[in-house]
Amino acid sequence: MTLQEITTTRANHLIDPVLNVWHGEVALYLFLGGVVAGLMVITGLRVLRDPEAPPSRAFALLPWAGPILLSIGMFFLWLDLEHPFNAYRFYLAFRVTSPMSWGAWILVAIYPTSMLLGWITTPAELRAAVLKRLPLSRTIEDIGSWALANGRVIALLNVVFGIGLGIYTGMLLGTLAARPLWNSAVLGPLFLTSGLSTGAAFMLLYRLTDQERILLGRVDMALIVAELALISIWLIGLASGGSPARSALGLFFGGPYTAAFWTMVIALGLVGPLIGEALEQRHGAVPGRMAAILVLVGGFALRWIIVYAGQYAGWVSDLAAR
Amino acid sequence: MVVDTTTCVGCAACVIACKTENAVADGYSRDWIFTETTGRFPDLAMTIQSERCMHCEDAPCISSCPTGASHYGPGGIVLVNQDKCSGCKACIAACPYGARFIDPNVGAIDKCTFCAHRIVNGIPTTACQDICPTESIHFGDLNDPASDVSLLLEEREHYTLLPEAGTRPKLFYLK
Repeated sequence: MTLQEITTTRANHLIDPVLNVWHGEVALYLFLGGVVAGLMVITGLRVLRDPEAPPSRAFALLPWAGPILLSIGMFFLWLDLEHPFNAYRFYLAFRVTSPMSWGAWILVAIYPTSMLLGWITTPAELRAAVLKRLPLSRTIEDIGSWALANGRVIALLNVVFGIGLGIYTGMLLGTLAARPLWNSAVLGPLFLTSGLSTGAAFMLLYRLTDQERILLGRVDMALIVAELALISIWLIGLASGGSPARSALGLFFGGPYTAAFWTMVIALGLVGPLIGEALEQRHGAVPGRMAAILVLVGGFALRWIIVYAGQYAGWVSDLAAR
Repeated sequence: MVVDTTTCVGCAACVIACKTENAVADGYSRDWIFTETTGRFPDLAMTIQSERCMHCEDAPCISSCPTGASHYGPGGIVLVNQDKCSGCKACIAACPYGARFIDPNVGAIDKCTFCAHRIVNGIPTTACQDICPTESIHFGDLNDPASDVSLLLEEREHYTLLPEAGTRPKLFYLK
């Protein structure tokens, strides 16, 4: 038998035997970022389509969930940093080739735009009640009335920055040429679509009107179908790539992530809720929360598995030492 | 940098010299010895490579760095400004050569600097080069056609690691 023996004196637990730099914190951030992207796009589009219609109270207040969920996600992302007190350095630079730099600046833009959208859609009597209790209420009222007068612009900015947020969370991984499982241009659109779907699912957890639930349920079905298509394209891309890409694909076909990927992401997270929502629509039922919960679990599993499996696959996958 | 794989014996003196010169954190190394044995016994062949950061001309670590901490230094050396590094680890994931690590004492990226602190102070050699008992490590200006490294690349057959990664490494191995 031909011998091939490799030894290395390299000591680096972050690289050997497989890349080991990003963990659950990053997966959670990517998931929450996706949900926020979905919330911003959906609530923004609603205002653009129908600026006057009074939606349910839950729908009206849900834009506020964006900055809250984003703050939780960013806290976990901050925990992932090895030098957390240098986080401000992200804001002393803009690096056009680094998706992480784009993301850092998009996050800054998201806070004011999503909060202004929340202000616009919050019922007037609630706004008045809140203003009474807040300091600087005059300034807030001035900003608020400017926002109310420019509702369409703010809604549009929410859609734009929401799409930016959703795409960047995927491109962050997709631009890393050294990691063949991630290195796909489809990852951006895939994470955006998954984000929109989980955003719709997150909204379905709240008390919406029947009409809103039916609409969101339909939207979610379309998004799940799109997501399945994008996952297929991603996997086909890997299958038709060079040996690192095909080797990375093996992680989902017999490799260590096979069971997790096909059960948690495909079956429970996508096909299951798709069938559930299709049955609901077919029988004229109002979409409930079960499918939504599954979509959220699946969306989280997708991020988690891609973050971990992607680190398992190297450029020279059979020679991890290299 | 040019490393002669035909004279390297894999003694790892370069690894130790680097750790001493640069006070590299315990448990990590900026350079390492890669050994590959192939063939059918007793006809075995061994390749020994002293590996480190390839100081790529088109370095993915620099293009993925969000803060500008990773940058090209004098002469195209790839350097890290630890004061700017947030420890996001994007560059570790971006590097196909596994050349980067987090210095646990600082929380920032550490890697081979081609001993830039020596070069700018007029010492024209790296620590790994100085210690090499078989003089397998050569360092110099690739833009100078009369330099030791340029002449070696002119005369000898050589290769780089993972050229297909498209990073244009500046560490060459002689065969």
